Amino acid sequence: MAGSVVQSSRSRDLDKLLLRPGNLIGANFEPGSQLRDDLQQYVKVLVIGAGGLGCELLKDLALSGFRNLEVIDMDRIEVTNLNRQFLFRLEDVGKPKAEVAAKRVMERVSGVNILPHFCRIEDKEIEFYNDFHIIALGLDSIEARSYINSVACSFLEYDSDDNPLEETIKPMVDGGTEGFKGHARVILPGVTPCFECTIWLFPPQVKFPLCTLAETPRTAAHCIEYAHLIKWDEVHSGKSFDPDDSEHMKWVYSEALKRAELFGIPGVTYSLTQGVVKNIIPAIASTNAIISAACALETLKIVSGCSKTLSNYLTYNGAEGLHTKVTEFVKDKDCLVCGPGVLIELDSSITLQKFIDLLEDHPKLLLSKASVTHRGKNLYMQAPPVLEEMTRSNLGVPLFDLMGKVLKDVVHVTGVASKNDKKTSCLRKLRVAFKGVDGVTDMDTASGA
Amino acid sequence: MAEPKVKYDRQLRIWGDQGQAALEKASICLLNCGPTGSETLKNLVLGGIGSITIVDGTKIEEGDLGNNFMVDESSIGQSKAKCVCAFLQELNDAVKAKFIEEYPEALIETRPSFFSQFTLVVATQLVEEWIVKLDKICRNANVILVVARSYGLTGLVRISLKEHTVIESKPDHFLDDLRLNNPWPELRRFAETIDLNAPDPVAHKHTPYVVILVKMAEEWAKSHGGSLPSSREEKKAFKDLLKAKMIAMDEDNYKEAIEASFKVFAPRGISSDLKQIVNDSCAEVDSNSSDFWILVAALKEFIVNEGGGEAPMEGSIPDMTSSTEHYVNLQNIYQAKAEADFKIIEERARNILKKIGRDPNSISKTTVKSFCKNARKLRVCRYRSLEDEFNSPIVPELQKYLTDEDFSVAVGFYLLLRAVDRFAANYNSFPGQFDGGIDEDISRLKTTAVGLLSDLGCNGLTLSEDLINEMCRFGAAELHVVAAFTGGIASQEVIKLITRQFVPMSGTFVFNGIDHKSQLLSL
Repeated sequence: MAGSVVQSSRSRDLDKLLLRPGNLIGANFEPGSQLRDDLQQYVKVLVIGAGGLGCELLKDLALSGFRNLEVIDMDRIEVTNLNRQFLFRLEDVGKPKAEVAAKRVMERVSGVNILPHFCRIEDKEIEFYNDFHIIALGLDSIEARSYINSVACSFLEYDSDDNPLEETIKPMVDGGTEGFKGHARVILPGVTPCFECTIWLFPPQVKFPLCTLAETPRTAAHCIEYAHLIKWDEVHSGKSFDPDDSEHMKWVYSEALKRAELFGIPGVTYSLTQGVVKNIIPAIASTNAIISAACALETLKIVSGCSKTLSNYLTYNGAEGLHTKVTEFVKDKDCLVCGPGVLIELDSSITLQKFIDLLEDHPKLLLSKASVTHRGKNLYMQAPPVLEEMTRSNLGVPLFDLMGKVLKDVVHVTGVASKNDKKTSCLRKLRVAFKGVDGVTDMDTASGA
Repeated sequence: MAEPKVKYDRQLRIWGDQGQAALEKASICLLNCGPTGSETLKNLVLGGIGSITIVDGTKIEEGDLGNNFMVDESSIGQSKAKCVCAFLQELNDAVKAKFIEEYPEALIETRPSFFSQFTLVVATQLVEEWIVKLDKICRNANVILVVARSYGLTGLVRISLKEHTVIESKPDHFLDDLRLNNPWPELRRFAETIDLNAPDPVAHKHTPYVVILVKMAEEWAKSHGGSLPSSREEKKAFKDLLKAKMIAMDEDNYKEAIEASFKVFAPRGISSDLKQIVNDSCAEVDSNSSDFWILVAALKEFIVNEGGGEAPMEGSIPDMTSSTEHYVNLQNIYQAKAEADFKIIEERARNILKKIGRDPNSISKTTVKSFCKNARKLRVCRYRSLEDEFNSPIVPELQKYLTDEDFSVAVGFYLLLRAVDRFAANYNSFPGQFDGGIDEDISRLKTTAVGLLSDLGCNGLTLSEDLINEMCRFGAAELHVVAAFTGGIASQEVIKLITRQFVPMSGTFVFNGIDHKSQLLSL
């Protein structure tokens, strides 16, 4: 090939940023070909979700110098994905998103290796997530974001002055879109607010009161939710409604239509019925592209230091003109998830079973069905059955003994948390301190909390 | 082939069948298909744009494989336009995809008439000289131009056309058209049939807040010489009156009334934005006027005559606590008023058309109806020609931006993007484009920037050294992620322009990839 080696290289454009020194850069920036090679060889990035954002993220990261990517998604491809999830074709409908997305990007970008995981995020062991330098989130649910956030924060350790230990920070970038709007954010647990610190940014979905549906319907949506939530159960005793079954959906539609006619309410259509019942969020290619690009750029900058980073929340709104805004949210210092951990003081005689029972009633935690790990070791696991059986005998043993008789340490607990009558799987980091141990006084605990 | 309704379901929920039909009718020309151009088109092809024509004269090099997803190893040495076109076609077989292996500059220079066949031209990675020429061509041919550029960690997107009018601007938040402070006879009569002091608690808690507020506002006006609450104290007193009407704690309708009481206090008549539109000189119509402006002329007549200062009624009401019967009746009253207003506007539009010698029925009922429904939300966007902006930017704005902390980086990039084009015209390459000689390029770029600022009449203002250094470091790199970002924005603006829904951006969007404090500049 003609021309100088550098100019004809595949990383022609990226090299300008990675090889040259700069003035407006991150603290960790060490420009040079070593940096470029390290990104390619050692850095592992996990993309969560292979949907509208995930497809873009995989492409963007593959073309930003990363070669070791993994992607996790539990969904299969649907026809309604094709208007934006550009890695999928009509003949892919029904196949796992993660697998097809990984294959398509590898076909086009040589040298990139993408390992797909066709499963739920909760199916992976916590340690799986610790293997990555950074996690990019392309999700559409608050629960999933909350879960991954708690996992990433669980790796965070604090020193004795309650300052986060840098090497335990698991960075995340998170994107979200709805129509012409979206957000991109950077989460450095312990440094910036975590997802849970600013959970109020995602207000819960408002539901119609049942009495409105039953007695005073006024809108098309009321008629649809009546058919979906009340009438279905009245007619189909015991058979649960499946939103993906088009026969079920058609039944709800026709019932909603009947009710709307009865009350003289206009506007019930099949499309609206689907929208209301499945809570469909409108989505387009351009917004996903914009938000994913911002997330991938931040990923590159966090890992390489080649420029400053977003601090820490970008909102984008293209509906009425074009508005972008950067907001620097602050950490909630009492956050249960990214803080140093909830302190639990225990008598050294407390058994593991007793400890698990205690978590259920703990006012801050309300955590049931807890599995407990300490320093990567499973003390008790609720599932799978094999592990449950293996760890069951620990239940009668004092936790103090199981933790190697240290006076104070961190344990990780996964389980089901109840919040506002809603149950979500979660992971919590707890600081356990023992008292009543003969002959030892722990100053830290005695004066602390 | 998939049922298009299903495939496009998630976007039809945003722009509807009409928006989709507009997209499917549109033909787009892309100039240069590097990552910025390719990514722009990708988002449009997925959405089902009618046809695309890609113009690019380059062959694929090794370096293109590192920033463009639509080229691959096997196509090195082949036409980039051809390769990108083939990939895009794979994404959606409903789109007509064509390519022309030619340099855009050559087309601009030798065949300006080429561009008049398109609805819209997306010009990417072109330097100032050619953008200005292209803008003139597009304006003369009434073709919309969208300019996009990615350059290191910066970039820009700019729309150029004389005028873009929007009926369906679909704002997120807009005051409901309820006329609580100015009820018409039918609404007042309906309110009279309902007794707020009815003893039945079920009826009491199911009286819609619209009725509560109309009646209470009337009562207030009676005892206050015909005027509505305006001072802070009066507003508070009005809310207290509402609270006093409650007979139980759980009366959501009264809580809604208190929350919505600001709708009573809102000024009557049309907004200043709408005033500006009806007073625009384009509302003085002649036989060349667009349908939009003819309807504005009809609207203007309506406002001063039948409307009594108000625009036509929108005709829909928000959900509110109410018995079904009251709610449905109320909805019908609002709809009947909207229908009556529509008839008047339609008649007035016919007369205007007749007067200017055009077919009185040439504007469809659907258009008039949509116009009436959205009359309060009309938008007119006008864009300066690029030549005007480049030669005589609004200097006070420029100075303001340069000294404003939130804008200084964005405007710095804007000026440097212009400076690098001057640089390239002088030295045949962009600053830092090749390794070696960067220090010399930095001082040359600095001199070029100073020259530019002085030509623009901004003597004495300087750009930050850091930014100039960064610009040279970027060396005209087209990073994929930056291209995906600017291309994403360009495609979204194209969608708004073609569907004529929502509001396209004004001014120049300057991307700041350092800390994401991007800005829109109005120059």
